[in-house]
Amino acid sequence: MVMKRALAILTILLIGYWIALALSHVPFGADKMLVGQYYLNHVKAQTGAVNAVTAVVVNYRGFDTLGEVTVLFIASTGVAALLWRKKRKRTAKTEGSVVLTTGSRLLFPFIVLFGGYIFIHGHLTPGGGFPGGATIATAFLMLYLAFSVYEIPHKGFEITEGLAGMGYVTVGLIGLAIGSYFLFDWIWQSWGWGHSNIGRLFSAGFIPVIYTIIGIKVGTELSGIVDSMVKEGGE
Amino acid sequence: MTSCVQCIEYLMVFIMIAAAVFAVEWRDLLAAVVGMAAVSLVASILFFFLQAPDVAMTEAAIGAAMSAAVFIFAIKRTQRYETEEEEKPGWWVRW
Amino acid sequence: MSIGVYYFGAVSLILIGLYAVLVKKNLLKILVGLSIMETGVNLLLISIGYIAGRSAPILSEGVGPNNAVDPIPQALVLTAIVIGVATTALALTVAINLYETYKTLNIEELRRLRG
Repeated sequence: MVMKRALAILTILLIGYWIALALSHVPFGADKMLVGQYYLNHVKAQTGAVNAVTAVVVNYRGFDTLGEVTVLFIASTGVAALLWRKKRKRTAKTEGSVVLTTGSRLLFPFIVLFGGYIFIHGHLTPGGGFPGGATIATAFLMLYLAFSVYEIPHKGFEITEGLAGMGYVTVGLIGLAIGSYFLFDWIWQSWGWGHSNIGRLFSAGFIPVIYTIIGIKVGTELSGIVDSMVKEGGE
Repeated sequence: MTSCVQCIEYLMVFIMIAAAVFAVEWRDLLAAVVGMAAVSLVASILFFFLQAPDVAMTEAAIGAAMSAAVFIFAIKRTQRYETEEEEKPGWWVRW
Repeated sequence: MSIGVYYFGAVSLILIGLYAVLVKKNLLKILVGLSIMETGVNLLLISIGYIAGRSAPILSEGVGPNNAVDPIPQALVLTAIVIGVATTALALTVAINLYETYKTLNIEELRRLRG
């Protein structure tokens, strides 16, 4: 046991030395941008978004993000499939106290509203679909923790999730039909909507649309993961 | 002015590494998960220092809330304590 | 050879997580180690993209294209965090199923039970 631990520490020190050796050629805080500088120079003209991170996630690398959302969908489906039992129910024994239940009932709409705000304003402020969806999922997590019998409306969530996934692909396919490639920004480049109000809500082409779709999808999928892991199978 | 900011950075990194060591060494898995959530929370503050507010928000919502919750559900359905025979935690956390 | 405090913190997290993966025998503890490693990798990527004296890549008033940090690592890490929690949940699900079948989470006992 001591032998194994010493060997592990030796290996880790060796790997750490290699990483430090490699990182000593990458100075901290220096300007190392190549593609990033191009994105920063052209982000307002090409996408209309003020937040460059959002433009990279949704516009320049939109196909990559579609793949990420697919991975999320597969992971959520895998959790649900591996934990599938005949009879599954909540097994919480104690009810939440009055303060807890009343407080979470009051806070729930505001947390969902805040999540919606985050993903609708993704092209203007920090945030976007992924943190917004995670915030919405935390709202449902709070309901699960506060009420011992609560369950999400499964049918509605499944339909919403499927529609959101189809919506992402549909927006991309409309881009393919109008422009030249999949996920072409047709609202910004072909229709030219919002060129006059960069920095306001109605700008940035299809970025708010896609980020709303991503937020809904992430929120429903993470809520589904929480639901699958909370409920235990009966005998 | 700059020295003060650097003090905060050093303090945050120290807290983060200490929380990571505790998260790995504590035998109580529930405490280990809380240590992991603390690592995520301090990391989100560091992301904010590194001018990445998007990532800081995501890390705070995911790492500190969702990830810990998912781990705690898994612990509730399995067992709470590590049962490793004849292995005690390292001398640096055994008090 | 000097590396900054952020590099030091990120590499330390990666190595602590790797230690947990190599030494610990409890499956959930290994997953905790993997999660810490993931946080370390994210912190390393973000600190590589940081440029001293520049502000966040949100091009509002006072922040021009030559005055912002690199947006690409931030975009990559943003998605990686969310994917990370989903895959961690999948791994935990496998661990739950193993526990329900074998009533143990010790990987050496699980290895002994094989075959």
